[in-house]
Amino acid sequence: MQPVVEMLNIRKEFPGILANDNVTITLNHGEVLALLGENGAGKSTLMSVLFGLYQPESGTIKVKGQEVKIPNPNVAGELGIGMVHQHFKLVHNFTVTENIVLGIEPTRGGVLTLKQASEKIRQLSKQYGLDVDPDAKIEDVSVGMQQRVEILKMLYRNSEVLIFDEPTAVLTPQEILELMKIMRNLQAEGKSIIVITHKLKEIKAIADRCTVIRRGKLVGTVSVKDTSQAQMAEMMVGREVSFHVDKGPFNPGATVLQVNNLSVRNNRKLPALKSFTLDVRAGEIVGVAGVEGNGQTEFVEALTGLRPVDSGHILVNGNEITRATVRQRIDAKVAHIPEDRQKRGLVLDYTLAENFVLENHGLEPFSTKGFLNQDAIYAQANRLIEAFDVRSGEGAKSKARGLSGGNQQKAIVGREIDLNPDLLIAVQPTRGLDVGSIEYIHKRLVEQRDAGKAVLLVSLELDEILDLSDRIAVVCRGELVGVVDAKSTDENKIGLMMAGVKTGVAE
Amino acid sequence: MKFLVKKEVLVGLTAVVLGLLAGALFMAVTGNNPFTGYFYLFAGGMMNLERLGNTLAMATPLILTGLSVAFAFRTGLFNIGAAGQALIGGLVATAIGLTVGLPKAILLPLILIAAALGGALWAWLPGILKAKFNVHEVVSTIMMNWIAYWLTYYTIPAFFKGSFETESRLISDAASLKTPFLTELFAGSYINMGLFVSLVAVFLVSIVLNRTVLGYRLKAVGYNRFAAEYAGINVNRHIVASMAIAGALAGLGGATLYVGYASSMQIGILPSIGFDGIAVALLASNSPLGVLGSAVFFGILQSGKGFMNAMTKIPPEIGDTIIATIIYFAATSVLIERWFASFTKRKGGKSRV
Repeated sequence: MQPVVEMLNIRKEFPGILANDNVTITLNHGEVLALLGENGAGKSTLMSVLFGLYQPESGTIKVKGQEVKIPNPNVAGELGIGMVHQHFKLVHNFTVTENIVLGIEPTRGGVLTLKQASEKIRQLSKQYGLDVDPDAKIEDVSVGMQQRVEILKMLYRNSEVLIFDEPTAVLTPQEILELMKIMRNLQAEGKSIIVITHKLKEIKAIADRCTVIRRGKLVGTVSVKDTSQAQMAEMMVGREVSFHVDKGPFNPGATVLQVNNLSVRNNRKLPALKSFTLDVRAGEIVGVAGVEGNGQTEFVEALTGLRPVDSGHILVNGNEITRATVRQRIDAKVAHIPEDRQKRGLVLDYTLAENFVLENHGLEPFSTKGFLNQDAIYAQANRLIEAFDVRSGEGAKSKARGLSGGNQQKAIVGREIDLNPDLLIAVQPTRGLDVGSIEYIHKRLVEQRDAGKAVLLVSLELDEILDLSDRIAVVCRGELVGVVDAKSTDENKIGLMMAGVKTGVAE
Repeated sequence: MKFLVKKEVLVGLTAVVLGLLAGALFMAVTGNNPFTGYFYLFAGGMMNLERLGNTLAMATPLILTGLSVAFAFRTGLFNIGAAGQALIGGLVATAIGLTVGLPKAILLPLILIAAALGGALWAWLPGILKAKFNVHEVVSTIMMNWIAYWLTYYTIPAFFKGSFETESRLISDAASLKTPFLTELFAGSYINMGLFVSLVAVFLVSIVLNRTVLGYRLKAVGYNRFAAEYAGINVNRHIVASMAIAGALAGLGGATLYVGYASSMQIGILPSIGFDGIAVALLASNSPLGVLGSAVFFGILQSGKGFMNAMTKIPPEIGDTIIATIIYFAATSVLIERWFASFTKRKGGKSRV
């Protein structure tokens, strides 16, 4: 049967970077094709070419055997190609229906008529099992639901080819399962799907074939059924990848972090963390597991001084820091790899060198009597770039904005570890990263533990928690469900606890 | 970094050239010869020492208000209140100049310090409002402009009335930034020691922004206040500090206008240097050296337009129109940048693999 989409020998350059070099992919009718590659491998560029956002330097695109030119997304839409971007394009104070019809609004005599549209959306939603309320406002629905609105946008426009750019990056584990189900429904109804991803587990679960790209070049296309995760990882990274981190012997020392009956409120002034108690000792990694939005963010913000504490106490090395400023906590040897690297972790318009001294620019040797010492700042930047393998266009002078997500994260991890903290708080340290970077950052965290530091790991990825932690604290609705030994537990037990079930907890 | 500076200079110059071309078009459309027009416009700004001196005198307060706006911009704040801050700076300078009798060498520093403090106070308040109550500085600085306006409106006739109801008395020579040395050197023009003040300010602002811990923190707060907060930088204190510094610069600008360029204060006018400062900063891409260049350029246009009008039939408003057009091109500098990018790619892209 004829492929729905063929992209033949696509070449796309940006100044200094060859993003796609002679890449060829084909998408068959009714299949799910995974596009696998590390951050910056050129997956998104290739899909942007197909969606008409970029023009390729050479190569041809065929839709149903016909050679086409796609100068802009409108043409892509006319050809039946739709895309769900990683960051949704929705108007938050509009309803679902209003968002979906945006650009092709049905009117009668110049007046908007949404009733029919709303009915069509309700029907589509039912047909594909999306369960979306057409009259809800975007700001009132969850992230998972917003993604479904994006899917409905494509269906409403009768798209046959659906492109998903990292669709699971923003979803909770439950939402991921539901998305998989939806994608199977779409497939069953005859839609053809391309998923950009670097999560091997999800490829195994949903895709039929997998095309691997590395540094802009095509590595190959394999049948998912006949290929193991390890094989795909190797194709993607170009070397063997170990999924398991080797840890040294478990030798916990003195208690570094003591949290006693900590209560914190969220932005809406409602209790987010309720009488939470937890210890972290030197030389151990304590993982905090929980479904997103169960108080983890508020917990970390309270620990790092970004959010006021309602009641309770936080002690580091026996010293009370409950009401200390962020600065005082940094001075008390608490380092923090933040949840959102672009919002908190980096000043994107600063260079790498400037970002490396975000916390200690006021100290010798980086400044003397209020004047910055560029030589020392650049020397440190070059050292950290080398030590933490941060790759960028112009080294220390590169703007942080221009780095790939993985390299931004490596820079933050490097900076925080280099502060030589007693307590390292790592929040979602590998969110959105490819396996190569994940492996690297995991190694670094375990190194800290083995070097006798206390590490608090907060993550939504259960695999990560189970892999790295010595002890696991499970949080649900802001309460501590229990603390378990990582060796004597598994995904199922933790999963139950994450849902708030306290029975069978082995302390 | 070097490339970046070059690119911004290029964009600024392109905006100027496009603005001048548009001006030529206006002249041609109104039936005048653009070449003679521009000849007299630039001759009017530069043809002899006196006119050159007037151009520099015109540019002096613009350099300071331009710096004020650029400094605030660089730290993420939009100081639209340079007019009010300059007015207060001028009012304080005039008040001291008319009441305190001291030798020039002591009086002038006192006047400048007081004017800077006055301007700083006028911007400090919006800074506090922003830091404590999240009041947007655009709104509060505009309001402060009108408070400054009416305060001057009341104060000048009440305490410092001159020969007219609407004007202050003339300040003494001791209180004026004008000095015989400069006046004679530039053949009796308005040029004054404010020029040195503004040049020192360009130097200091450039140092603070690029080389100091304070500048690093101010810019970090401006670029990303969440990251600054994360790094233990006191965000609120730096917002207030940034506004106060911007206000001090505008206050100095006011002093160089009212006790330098002029010798008395009129009521009922918000000085145009405040809003022109925004244009200067915009054309300069908020770089201190760029502010110097673009303020001098605006100074040439301002002081040359009268001469152009006298020598040809071109109305002086064409000068303002050219300035306005240049600002439009500077404001849409993104387009110019994109144009350059596509140009360099087409030229250099083929050779590079």
